[in-house]
Amino acid sequence: MAWFQKSEVVIAGILVLAMVIIGLVNPAFWSLDNMFSLLRSNVIIGIMALGVLLVMISGGIDVSFPAFAVAAMYLTVKGMIYFNYDGVVLPFVAAATMGALFGCLNAFFVYKFRMIPLIVTLGTGSMVRGFLLGIVGTSMININKMPDALIDFGKSDIVNMVKADGTTYGLTAMILVYFGLAVALHLVLRHTTIGRGVYALGGDPEAASRVGFNIRKITFFIYCVAGALAGFAGLLHSGMIWLANPRDFVGLELDVIAAVVLGGASIFGGRGSVLGTMLGVFMLVMVKNSLIIMKIDTTWQRVVVGVIIVIATAITAWRDRRANA
Amino acid sequence: MGAFILFLKSGPLFHVDGLVMSENFIELRNVRKEFAGVVALNDLSLTIRKGEIHCLAGENGSGKSTLIKVMSGVYQPDSGEISIDGKAVSQLSPMASIEHGVQVIYQDFSLFGNLTVAENLAMNVQLREQRHILNWRRMREIAREAVSRLGVELDLDTDVEKLSTAGKQLVAIARALMSDARLIIMDEPTTALTGKEIETLFRIVKDIQSRGIAILFVSHKMREMLEISDHITVIRNGEKVADGPTRDFDEALITRHMTGLDIVSEPYIWDREKYGLMPARVETRNLSFGTDLDDINLAIKPGEIVGLSGLLGSGRTELALSLFGMMPGYRGSIMLNGQETSLDTPQDAIKAGVAYVPEDRLSEGLFLTQGIDRNMLSTSYEKLAPGLLIDRKKAEDWVDTMIRDMQIATPTGKKLVKELSGGNQQRVVIARWLLTHAKFLILNGPTVGVDVGSKAEIHRIIRELAQKEGLAVLMISDDVPELVHNCNRIVLMHRGAFVEEMASVDTSEDQISDKLKNLT
Repeated sequence: MAWFQKSEVVIAGILVLAMVIIGLVNPAFWSLDNMFSLLRSNVIIGIMALGVLLVMISGGIDVSFPAFAVAAMYLTVKGMIYFNYDGVVLPFVAAATMGALFGCLNAFFVYKFRMIPLIVTLGTGSMVRGFLLGIVGTSMININKMPDALIDFGKSDIVNMVKADGTTYGLTAMILVYFGLAVALHLVLRHTTIGRGVYALGGDPEAASRVGFNIRKITFFIYCVAGALAGFAGLLHSGMIWLANPRDFVGLELDVIAAVVLGGASIFGGRGSVLGTMLGVFMLVMVKNSLIIMKIDTTWQRVVVGVIIVIATAITAWRDRRANA
Repeated sequence: MGAFILFLKSGPLFHVDGLVMSENFIELRNVRKEFAGVVALNDLSLTIRKGEIHCLAGENGSGKSTLIKVMSGVYQPDSGEISIDGKAVSQLSPMASIEHGVQVIYQDFSLFGNLTVAENLAMNVQLREQRHILNWRRMREIAREAVSRLGVELDLDTDVEKLSTAGKQLVAIARALMSDARLIIMDEPTTALTGKEIETLFRIVKDIQSRGIAILFVSHKMREMLEISDHITVIRNGEKVADGPTRDFDEALITRHMTGLDIVSEPYIWDREKYGLMPARVETRNLSFGTDLDDINLAIKPGEIVGLSGLLGSGRTELALSLFGMMPGYRGSIMLNGQETSLDTPQDAIKAGVAYVPEDRLSEGLFLTQGIDRNMLSTSYEKLAPGLLIDRKKAEDWVDTMIRDMQIATPTGKKLVKELSGGNQQRVVIARWLLTHAKFLILNGPTVGVDVGSKAEIHRIIRELAQKEGLAVLMISDDVPELVHNCNRIVLMHRGAFVEEMASVDTSEDQISDKLKNLT
């Protein structure tokens, strides 16, 4: 395939074009301050998008991850407060593990009962959110109660700058966490047998089992990793905004799925890449960010996200259909 | 090290005394398989010798696929013996079967369209060696070697879904050959191939044979079996009804064994006296469309069955689609029953009495999870509902009449179409169009995947409709005998244009096959 036909190159081209246009409308867009804040907004959506990408390559879709993320986050923060724990590593391991366990639930229904992933994840997501609010609690944990270790971790920057008016701004170190996870997932998808198994499953499940892939193992891998990424992202989010809100992340699934589709993943499965997804996430965050800068009402932002999903899906569907013809 | 090689070269070690190598690769003796009391294979014995091309012939439902699954270890026989290389194999699992060198190429090829040729080829090795980390360079080498072994050109970096059917098949064959195959079972390998591609396939099959690999060719196309194989086994209703060297068989004999009936086909004669003076049902004048159709002039009178063949991509399907209103924006004119008609949508065509039975009846023509009745009536609801409601009684009558006329094997019109055999499904599609009182019927591959018995029946019905009702038929097919036996004229298309027209009474099947092969 010629390089200019690669989805990633096309997406990057569109992204650059969009950046130039936005920059012309609003020169402040190119300020380092704005760039840093854009990158910061990429982190959480980006990590969740990695999980959704995995599910979408395998031919499924996941709408349960915001619920898993919020449950893992809230339970972990509650636990940290209860035990008065002030480390960072263990809580993240705990949140990711919780997410993975929730993911197992998805995998179980998808594999065992051959259910449509959309229905399964709608159900599990709703269940987990309901249990969380019903049993664990509905009250927000504010900055005064949030574990300090988490806040300090979320605050760490790679570089710090001072503006002319004396205020400081920086590039969050969390971007490294996001990039690290992205590289890891890229390596898994591209260079391991199980990663190729995910593509094979998305291409033709019947053929995948005939060739000798262990479909059960792959299904569990996909949903558990997606769940773990969501749980991890959830806790990271609370550290970055110094707040644990059990009603957080409502409606986020649409943004994340839009970003993944924008990044060239196919809704029919079998296609998608980490680089494309990262570009898609950046594009989505940038568009939403620009709408905020332009003071456009949040309700209209929903319209924009909806339009992006429909158009991006239409383009990828058209591309895939043409490839099959 | 040197000594070791010398020792090997001295040879005698290879001939272990007392171990006489068997000439047979696999032997099935008195194999029986039942599914919930239904006998699928009854006391069936089959021997495939090393390096032979063996044809397994049988109609749909005769037990062919069960037999394949027994050999590939998917099913365990209820009784009977299987031996490989002269040694009895007690339990043949899918893995064990592959280890013995049995490879099945399924009709759908089991390939991954979203992955490249290289990855499709190397994946099995990867999995067999239980590697967790991939080595892309090595995978490419494995793939390159597999392709070169086949002696064909394939771009390793193309996604498989971009390949033609023939290309996909080559990938599947290359993959099967990679795993030290000793018997390759090909399930209906020529179904979707054109004449030229079949020729290439046969060359490859012969080449594989020359390396001592046996091939089991599962088919119901008689001419191909006779052309390619050394040995033929015919099964019917799960029992072996004939087997022997290919030279002892001819088409009529195989058909008789497969169906248990004598199917005689006489060429179709158009009743010129009755229909000759009537205006053509359909006539095109200088019909063109982009590069697909180039100045097509075709006239079909009532009662005529005109055959149309050509390679895939010759424009034959586009011609069919344009006559069914699916190629709006064509140039030239189309006359139906002597009147110029513009066909810009299928609705226009249906109203004007044109019917189209598509190539892929499953994806284009039928609602598989619906009953026979709804499938048949799906284009006739307007006629059944003069007011707001559907006339149920009339609908039922129509369906019952059609089931009777078309001899569809079903107790009731409610039976789901997916439960019918290929031949019966095809009849449902044809019945649907007859209910619209079509005057011009386009059949694209009318009997692809239909067994011999049903095929003859469908042909009879079409011929009768043409002869008695004055239906005009355009029959598109790769199956040359089908065209010669059922059409009064045959037209060859190439690169969007008509290249030759023949009266089928003065043309032999071989002449047409040769002409098709020579098109490039």
